[in-house]
Amino acid sequence: MTESATITPDAASPDAVPSAEKVREELIAAYPSKVGKKRAKHILVNDPANPPEIEANVRTIPGIITQRGCCYAGCKGVVMGPIKDMVHIVHGPVGCSYYAWMSRRNQAATGDGVQNYLNYAFTTDMQDEDIVFGGEKKLAQAIREAYATFKPKAIDVFSTCPVGLIGDDVHAVARQMKEELGINVFGFSCEGYKGVSQSAGHHIANNGLFKNVVGETDVAIDHPFTINILGEYNIGGDAFEIERILEKCGIKLVATFSGNVKYDDLATSHNAKLNVVMCHRSINYMAEMMEKKFGIPWFKVNFIGADSTAKSLRKIAQFYGDAALIAKVEAVITEEMAAIAAVRTEVSGRLTGKKAMLFVGGSRAHHYQDLFNDVGMVSVTAGYEFAHRDDYESRRVIPAIKVDADSRNIEEIQVGPDPKRYAPTKTAEERAAMEKSGFAFSDYDGMMSQMRKGTLVIDDISHFEMERLIQIYKPDIFCSGIKDKYVVEKMGVPCKQLHSYDYGGPYAGFKGAENFYREIDRMISKRIWKMIVPPWKKTAA
Amino acid sequence: MRKIAIYGKGGIGKSTTTQNTVAGLAEMGKQVMVVGCDPKADSTRLLLGGLAQKTVLDTLRDEGEDVELDEVLKPGFCKTRCVESGGPEPGVGCAGRGIITSINMLEQLGAYTKDLDYAFYDVLGDVVCGGFAMPIRDGKAEEIYIVVSGEMMAMYAANNICKGIVKFAVTGKVRLGGLICNSRKCDNEKELIEALAARLGTQMIHFVPRDNVVQHAELNRKTVIEYAPTAGQADEYRALARKIDQNQMFIVPKPLTMEELENLLVKYGLAA
Repeated sequence: MTESATITPDAASPDAVPSAEKVREELIAAYPSKVGKKRAKHILVNDPANPPEIEANVRTIPGIITQRGCCYAGCKGVVMGPIKDMVHIVHGPVGCSYYAWMSRRNQAATGDGVQNYLNYAFTTDMQDEDIVFGGEKKLAQAIREAYATFKPKAIDVFSTCPVGLIGDDVHAVARQMKEELGINVFGFSCEGYKGVSQSAGHHIANNGLFKNVVGETDVAIDHPFTINILGEYNIGGDAFEIERILEKCGIKLVATFSGNVKYDDLATSHNAKLNVVMCHRSINYMAEMMEKKFGIPWFKVNFIGADSTAKSLRKIAQFYGDAALIAKVEAVITEEMAAIAAVRTEVSGRLTGKKAMLFVGGSRAHHYQDLFNDVGMVSVTAGYEFAHRDDYESRRVIPAIKVDADSRNIEEIQVGPDPKRYAPTKTAEERAAMEKSGFAFSDYDGMMSQMRKGTLVIDDISHFEMERLIQIYKPDIFCSGIKDKYVVEKMGVPCKQLHSYDYGGPYAGFKGAENFYREIDRMISKRIWKMIVPPWKKTAA
Repeated sequence: MRKIAIYGKGGIGKSTTTQNTVAGLAEMGKQVMVVGCDPKADSTRLLLGGLAQKTVLDTLRDEGEDVELDEVLKPGFCKTRCVESGGPEPGVGCAGRGIITSINMLEQLGAYTKDLDYAFYDVLGDVVCGGFAMPIRDGKAEEIYIVVSGEMMAMYAANNICKGIVKFAVTGKVRLGGLICNSRKCDNEKELIEALAARLGTQMIHFVPRDNVVQHAELNRKTVIEYAPTAGQADEYRALARKIDQNQMFIVPKPLTMEELENLLVKYGLAA
């Protein structure tokens, strides 16, 4: 990008940068007109009161460098992979398996005979001859061997692209092995080429988990406040912190989908009274299906950020409506907030007014704005990699989202009430009364309603747009993933990976928030990336 | 070395025509290798006197890295060299990928020796995917002959194969050498195929009449040239072999639209 392309600062803007409208125009103008027209629908100036309609979950334009991943990554890497006592077999060439192996730093607690296979990578390692002759026999053998060696609770199989091309029937092999081995074995047709991003894989994983695991085991859980957390993957130990807080409050966690979770937890999860949703994008299908089949209500929470954690806990307590629980939750919040107050105050002193940019995930670019708010930072522009319109504009727009060929390609399960097990936690009257008093069920207001008026919201950001925005806004920190990290750092800006947390975490809950304050303070205040002069900028000796 | 691929609709008589032509060339003293590219592995049966050898892919699967050329290359009638690619059972895996693997393996094993006058590829049916186009990619085969009859679907397949040739002719050296009419005794068949050839910009290189001796020879696992060397049909194959040996006409075909093809058929087929 040449200097001449730089926009002159707009004096009216409080941040002394050009107005969002001008930045938007510049970004779009840089493309050929046809591409610019398409990108214009993904790059919007926010109005929190009336979120504009954004184009999302559509094909990335060829030639654009995108952050997105594939369907298989969403199914295996995100949703199913973190289940600790299942053996996850990747049916395909070894590279597909290797690159989905622990790269998201999902953690798992062991001990008390708990099986944990997360640190293993299982693959059929398809060779040329498996492509030619078909890989079904090799897959069956791999399942047998995995069972003989590890005796896991269950085994699932993930299809990679070549498996779909040659037509191996992973579902038939899984059925045959389920019969032969006497454990649950099921497969996913999550070939990488399906859908427009990893989002397709999330949906496929939700469907498979719902059909094959959820509701497998009926148990009576003798506890007044049972809960499942949906869309929490225990990256860097986030789920451990949430587990700690819930236990302290006296709330019984049945299953987390799917951080630090056992197969049996998921199989019994339909016996819980409440589902709360963290990552709306990757797991809202499950929340909807469990509500329809078992009558479990759900609502959105966010345990990222101390204030958000407190808010989420209060809503959970309010849901049960138990005075003792409400009091207990307040006591926990007071105690936990006090414990982190000193760090929060100290860090806020240095970070208030600092600028963050977040381009990541389908929820994280929203959730982490709350953490930055905790210490007075501002999110100057943000966007998701693979989210849908509802994640930006709120679930209210769902009926208006047009279903294109790419979405139609992903199965939509038709779910009705279970004839025996449908037991709504709240009666229709109770629910109506709660809603009347302002309690929202099945809600997600999306990123836009929470971002400032006039900020840029960009879907499926391109590499060009990212570089240009960094030049224009000069953020103090940039949040994304491994694909952008080093480019951002070379531009002198610290980059926090929110897929893997780099080497850090947990960042959820109260203790996690404290970790994050310190981490961001370290990254911003040390200014290490600004100290580096690249060789081509040094004067000749 | 001339590298020739024979294509055509399934069941049209590619393998029979190929092996009889190869027998004719071998009789003339030419050094010929036949590479069967059909998973059924029946492209060299008449030259070998039965389904005798193990396929390249089966050998590769059983032996792993240690494949020797003589395990897959068997001598047939008149010192012809016979290879079968092989492939998966029907309904599994990817036969197209198998052909790619197999031909690469043959190259690595040094099957294409300098003393060869001809390498023939006998390819399964239509050019349904990239794998079946392998023999006409990367200069593996440079001449194509399409076996065809006066039946609509055979002509349709021939036209479709021409589309494949056009695609690869742009990037490589492959050219169409002509149509071989393997007669089904349709009305005006010779005139029809000659007209089709003319429209495609090529020639009908030979009209092979229908004769029951072909069936007899096949039941005896032999080419007609070996089974009934004095029969008139043997001379037809010898003539085809000679014409191919002397052929100078190699072109990039101009495929017809479906409508043009149907009009052609109506004009000649209903004219009788």
